[in-house]
Amino acid sequence: MSIRVLSPGLLTTVQDLGRHGHQRDGIPVAGAMDVFALRMANILVGNAEECAGIEITLAGPTLSFDADALIALTGAEFDAMVNGERAPAWRPLRVPAGATLSLPRAARGCRAYLSVAGGIDVPLVLGSRSTYLRASLGGKDGRALDRDDVLDHLVPAPLSRSIAARVAARRQGFGAASWGAGFSFARLYSTSPTVRLVSGEHMALLSEGARAELWRAEFRVGAQSDRMGYRLEGPMLELSERRELLSEAVTFGTVQLPPGGSPIVLMADRQTTGGYPRIGEVATVDHALLAQLKPGDGLRFRPVSLEEAQRLYLAREAELAQARAAIALNHR
Amino acid sequence: MRLSPLGDRALRIEVGSTIDEETHRRVRAVCARLAARIVPGTNELVPAFASVTVFYDPLHVPESAGRGDIGAYARFAALVTDALTELDAAALPPPRAVEIPVCYGGDYGLDLEDVARQHDLPAEEVIRIHTAGDYLVYMLGFAPGFAYLGGLSPRIATPRRAEPRTLVPAGSVGIGGDQTGVYPLASPGGWQLIGRTPLVLFDAARTPAALLAAGDRVRFRAIAPNEFAELGDG
Repeated sequence: MSIRVLSPGLLTTVQDLGRHGHQRDGIPVAGAMDVFALRMANILVGNAEECAGIEITLAGPTLSFDADALIALTGAEFDAMVNGERAPAWRPLRVPAGATLSLPRAARGCRAYLSVAGGIDVPLVLGSRSTYLRASLGGKDGRALDRDDVLDHLVPAPLSRSIAARVAARRQGFGAASWGAGFSFARLYSTSPTVRLVSGEHMALLSEGARAELWRAEFRVGAQSDRMGYRLEGPMLELSERRELLSEAVTFGTVQLPPGGSPIVLMADRQTTGGYPRIGEVATVDHALLAQLKPGDGLRFRPVSLEEAQRLYLAREAELAQARAAIALNHR
Repeated sequence: MRLSPLGDRALRIEVGSTIDEETHRRVRAVCARLAARIVPGTNELVPAFASVTVFYDPLHVPESAGRGDIGAYARFAALVTDALTELDAAALPPPRAVEIPVCYGGDYGLDLEDVARQHDLPAEEVIRIHTAGDYLVYMLGFAPGFAYLGGLSPRIATPRRAEPRTLVPAGSVGIGGDQTGVYPLASPGGWQLIGRTPLVLFDAARTPAALLAAGDRVRFRAIAPNEFAELGDG
């Protein structure tokens, strides 16, 4: 069973939860920008969360399925169509053999995720199927999907088969499960979100004025923003003291401040280390908000304590665990 | 040693503030210890010049006996501190020695003549100084398999090119300021290119994928173009 790419869209890549464990060799983590959305897409079709799915950016692909498949769409709202009929997101869908799925344009947010029962089957590279374009690693031959690419998927787990069995199959169009991810994640995706920032190592180096600006200003995601990081436009943030810093590890959501004074938020394809001052790290629970921004969107910061950020993270993990457990329980 | 958070899922251990071999040995000692006594919740260790960052999952940090109400970071930091007691940098295993064959000058090192001119040295002397050096891999970063090497002689330290090249071939050996290094992958780059190695510094299909690791001792050896071709075939 396979998926054929009829048209590739703007930037469509195979991603999983990232290539972890190799940062000491300078190998970037990459992986889904909106990890939460990909995990939920996998949960909905009964996959392990680390299965590879397809990340779809702004203008999506048209795909055809050569066999009956169980899929889910999460993340940005895309007005997805199966055989010309509007298909709902955040719930399991059964698409018939020969079906065409198109995701013309993001109506809200930037990145959508398509999961397929079994997960996309591309070779594991250093333990991950994620595409890292700059070094042509992973995914489909290390590159974004192109017209006429064919992707296979792995054998679906028993849970996937139980889920599929309960979704009414239709010869035309698709069958949608009567249940979904439960609450509207789409509301999370705003074009001017406020994200919570845990103070970083060099927050204290910001001048008092700059710190006030950081919490007050609305920044704009610059045109030169991509999977590696977002350049933020807005007030220049001044350091009260210039200090030579040694390169060291950075992470998803690190807000670093190059000498020009315009902050950069590091994203999935970030380099493993950086030498600019780090004023903070966006709380993990707000990474999805970052991932759904596109150039031109606004962004504000508000402070959060480390303890609160971790409490929110644990609560989010508990929600995901609950979703997993409920689906498993209902499909025994 | 000072511990501090890097966001809500990583902890940095600062062991110094300068690039020197003593600090580097402490970094290695911390990594060796945390690899031998794995603190529950640890996902990954990333050594740098003067720090080690531990990526962890707050979900998997054990509850602490007695003090139930402290956060995951505080619990993890306490466990890391425990694991690092009586750290002995002297007990480290000896570093690995890696020799990197380099074909200097000509098409292999387009900037060799220029570097020589800037230092008022014959090109052969630049090669001699570069191959005489004993280099230490402080850390990897910037790109897959890219090693930050210490030990370049100040006599051939050379500023980066005013105009970076849009494409530097993989294996290119360059000088950028007081650093020298090898480009693991074809990429844009601003370093002065003095030669090229036929060795593959990064290959995702190989184990380990990166030829060099933090702590390695590196020497460069000058080779002729025919040896470059032979080694490149192998």
